[in-house]
Amino acid sequence: MLLITCPYCCTARPESEFRYSGEAHIARPLEPATVSDDDWAAFLYMRTNPKGLHAERWRHIHGCGRFFNTLRNTVTDQILKTYPAGTPRPDLGAPAEGGR
Amino acid sequence: MASLHRTNGGGRVDRTKRLSFTFDGKAYEGFAGDTLASALLANGVHLVGRSYKYHRPRGVLSAGAEEPNALVTVDRGRGRTAPNLRATQVELYDGLVAESQNRWPSLAYDFSAVNGLFSPLLAAGFYYKTFMGPRLLGSNWAWHKIYEPLIRRAAGLGKAPSLPDPDRYANRFVHCDVLVIGAGPAGLAAALAAAESGARVILCDEQAELGGSLLSEWSVEIDGVPASSWVDEAVRTLAASSRVTLLPRTQAFGYFAQNFVALAERLTDHLGNPDPAAPRERLWQVRAKEVVLATGAIERPIVFPDNDRPGIMLADAARTYVNRYGVRPGLRAVVIAACDSGYAAALDLHRAGTAVAMVVDPRANGDSGLAGAGRTAGIEIQIGATVTATRGSQRVSAVQIGRAGAEGRASTGQWVPCDHVVMAGGWTPSVHLFSQSRGKLAWSDDAQAFLPASSAPGQAQRSAGACRGVFGIAAALEDGFAAGCGAAGGDTGRRTFKVTHDLADFRGLIGAPGAGARESKAFVDYQHDVTVRDLKLAAQEGFRAIEHVKRYTTTGMATDQGKTSNVNALAIVADHLGNPIPEVGLTTFRQPYTPVTFGTIAGASRGDLFDPMRRTPCDAWAQAKGAVFEDVGAWKRAHYFPQAGEDMHAAVARECRTVRSAAGMFDASTLGKIEVVGPDAAEFLERLCINSFQKLGGGRCRYGVLLNEAGFIIDDGVIGRIAADRFHVTTTTGGAVRVLHMMEDYAQTEFPDLKVWLTSTTEQWAVIAVQGPRARDVLAPLVDGVDIGATDFPHMSVKAGRICGVDARIFRVSFTGELGFEINVPADYGADVWEAVWREVQKHGGCAYGTESMHVLRAEKGFIIVGQETDGTVTPDDVGLAWAIGKGKRDFVGMRSLSRPDMVRSGRKQLVGLLTADPKRVLEEGAQVVEGLRPPAGTPALGHVTSAYWSEALGRSIALALVADGRTRIGTRLNVPMPDGDVAVDVVTPVFLDPKGERLNG
Repeated sequence: MLLITCPYCCTARPESEFRYSGEAHIARPLEPATVSDDDWAAFLYMRTNPKGLHAERWRHIHGCGRFFNTLRNTVTDQILKTYPAGTPRPDLGAPAEGGR
Repeated sequence: MASLHRTNGGGRVDRTKRLSFTFDGKAYEGFAGDTLASALLANGVHLVGRSYKYHRPRGVLSAGAEEPNALVTVDRGRGRTAPNLRATQVELYDGLVAESQNRWPSLAYDFSAVNGLFSPLLAAGFYYKTFMGPRLLGSNWAWHKIYEPLIRRAAGLGKAPSLPDPDRYANRFVHCDVLVIGAGPAGLAAALAAAESGARVILCDEQAELGGSLLSEWSVEIDGVPASSWVDEAVRTLAASSRVTLLPRTQAFGYFAQNFVALAERLTDHLGNPDPAAPRERLWQVRAKEVVLATGAIERPIVFPDNDRPGIMLADAARTYVNRYGVRPGLRAVVIAACDSGYAAALDLHRAGTAVAMVVDPRANGDSGLAGAGRTAGIEIQIGATVTATRGSQRVSAVQIGRAGAEGRASTGQWVPCDHVVMAGGWTPSVHLFSQSRGKLAWSDDAQAFLPASSAPGQAQRSAGACRGVFGIAAALEDGFAAGCGAAGGDTGRRTFKVTHDLADFRGLIGAPGAGARESKAFVDYQHDVTVRDLKLAAQEGFRAIEHVKRYTTTGMATDQGKTSNVNALAIVADHLGNPIPEVGLTTFRQPYTPVTFGTIAGASRGDLFDPMRRTPCDAWAQAKGAVFEDVGAWKRAHYFPQAGEDMHAAVARECRTVRSAAGMFDASTLGKIEVVGPDAAEFLERLCINSFQKLGGGRCRYGVLLNEAGFIIDDGVIGRIAADRFHVTTTTGGAVRVLHMMEDYAQTEFPDLKVWLTSTTEQWAVIAVQGPRARDVLAPLVDGVDIGATDFPHMSVKAGRICGVDARIFRVSFTGELGFEINVPADYGADVWEAVWREVQKHGGCAYGTESMHVLRAEKGFIIVGQETDGTVTPDDVGLAWAIGKGKRDFVGMRSLSRPDMVRSGRKQLVGLLTADPKRVLEEGAQVVEGLRPPAGTPALGHVTSAYWSEALGRSIALALVADGRTRIGTRLNVPMPDGDVAVDVVTPVFLDPKGERLNG
């Protein structure tokens, strides 16, 4: 079971208090009506599948209830950073291998 | 107990406490402190099992967790039957009943031993190559129906008990500074060092006594005291510390991310008469700041023809039986010593009175510091010699000695009679847990072993002692002490230990240099009967990677996971391929290290505690009235209320009739409820739902539909505006959690500009639905402070008022098509208000109805149920809900997707009603709908039936279905093919009753 540090509670808690919520930094377009079909389909369905660092959303659902972002290494399953929703992805230097 | 096989004194068994036990029905005696294996050996019993494939007689090979042969079933009666236990780990208690496995009719005369005669046919891949029957019905029928069941019966292990496990299992989470795994010299020293530094320490070991290999030493002295006294003192010191938890009988079986280690503690299996209320085992889930792995090493067998006869065992095991248990496994022994432990075993056996006929050292330049002592004791030692063959049917009776030749081939020579053969093939560090933690291993030419190289990120751990190739007691003690200091945060901790009679050489041989010509009898993996020939065959047939060889030959795949065999197998394959060992690779070590009971893993999560159960405030009433319940998510819901003599069909028909003609009451408490509050509450719902909410007046309700961003319906429910800034949102029973999660997601991350707060109120309200033409009459005497008349309280309204003096939110809504109300009262008042309403309902000839009638009544009106009429690919228009989309809205969740090409194309499945040509025929939900009669296999369906019921109101069957272009097909006839023939159906609009809503608005 992973230990995850909630950036709002500022404490490491067991994975079972959290819920995974998909890839991070995919913002809903502000004016969906103006988005093309292709771009909208990409927003809906296209996700990266990196071997390495992955920015993803988690929610401290059995704690403070808030959504936040993490950088997790998909090879080692190590969570290297957690940060509040709405803040930019921290630069940890190591680029993700692979891609879509 | 005068046994030739029990020494006169010494060892750690308590000779004053005699214990009786039976093995295969025969009675024996042992001492307190014995294992089943040591007690059997003390009685001269070596034949304890039959091998997996060839049913060859097998004896005790080891004295510990690595045992591949001596697997037994211990039977405590009535569901307390544990199969596949290693006799080397089963502690003896008075009255123990053990049985051997995989033999018929008896261990001595096993019918399936004929398999051994056919062993040339049963080599690696035999099953894959041979049992290929004709392909019938798209599968290998003969394999599944004939061959596999037969083979499984013949090649079985123990039988699982058929009765439920009557025992209780405990579970514990714990944190510590330092977890030390293994209580041998390295582990004890690490625990002492860590405890001295003030750390909170857990020390676990799978054996009943802490001390590990030190318990098997006879002559060793540590710092001037005998090894066993040193262990006793160390354990006393640790036990006296309040910061130290000692866990004997505790196997660390899994090492997971971030120093999370699972331990299985055996609590009662060693007791003759355990307290039946006490838990049998306890699962410890440990989160350790630092882990010290002191898991030791396992001795390797030597691979030679017929090296599996009972009486042949590892040198370390022989030393353990003699020194720790006071047992002489044989009276005349031959020792094959490829390292010091063989010479040490020869000396220990000699001292204990076993005649040591010969020590052969297969190494060309074999030498040991102990050879001199052996010669002094009069033991014949032959360097460069090995055993090339053995004899004996149920016990080894003689071995043939040969010279180890230049090419690794042995030449054969004299036969030496003996009843005991001791093998010291060298030592393999136990890196299983390190590997489970994803640490990287590296091959060491020096140690001839894979050793821990680097820890995985996040795993704060260190290995100490033999498990990292640091052999010898003094070195292990020093390494362990340093590791304990380091783990506790100090790094200056150094201590030296003075150890006498320490061994120096642990390297030995790997592979099968002495297998000779009879490779098909030279066993590498005892438990799965894998021989040198099998491994070479796999290599010849093109398998290069060890992971493939493993699967093809099944080497290392038995319950012992190849603890004694993996390195030899690897070396044989590498040698045959001519590749260096690191290139051939190492197979993955997986949890658990040794088998763990399902009980320990399940803990309390069984029976009623397997899953949480939710019951409503009105549940007790429904139970008292004899309701039949159904599971809806975690909820128990009243399905129907049968009266005397009624089946489900009759009860539902009566309930439906009563609701349509008088009144019915229904427990709707399970509906999800979310209070949406804040100045932007209306705007928030406007953005979330397809409907308009800005203009919804206070005290009015709307049927809300929620889509996901892809445009598909995911939930629905009535939303009432309680105040300008407050909405009472209801969801489906199953969708409550999901909807709140989604709303929170949008509120927090996409629309953080909105001032809105969401609170789950599902369990705060009990909800009583009263439906039917007399519903208003039922409620009228109970409510006050609120006018529920038709004019003042129209359909889709909500009012705050009181019922039975309790503050309530009263909704005028209907999921039946009748005049209806849903009374929300605080949950604590639910049962009382329900009783009061029930008294009124009875006065009007009404009834209570369950979820089945609710389903029928709503289907008659064509109301959808999310998850029944929808499946995550259905849009509002597909189910005829396009009217609910707010006019002129610029955006809501899922709106953009509704104009994607696939959502507006023709041919989408649309909700329609189906009426069977035969009105008595009720369709099957899920049945396919097609155009023509008797469609051939492979005909694509137009759609499927989503709901089908007998409608009491219409006196015929009804159905809802999703059918391609369904609305244009209204008025046509389609076909529902069923196993008993085609069922003709007419496509109609999906509202069967009161399409104008006159009853609803009554």
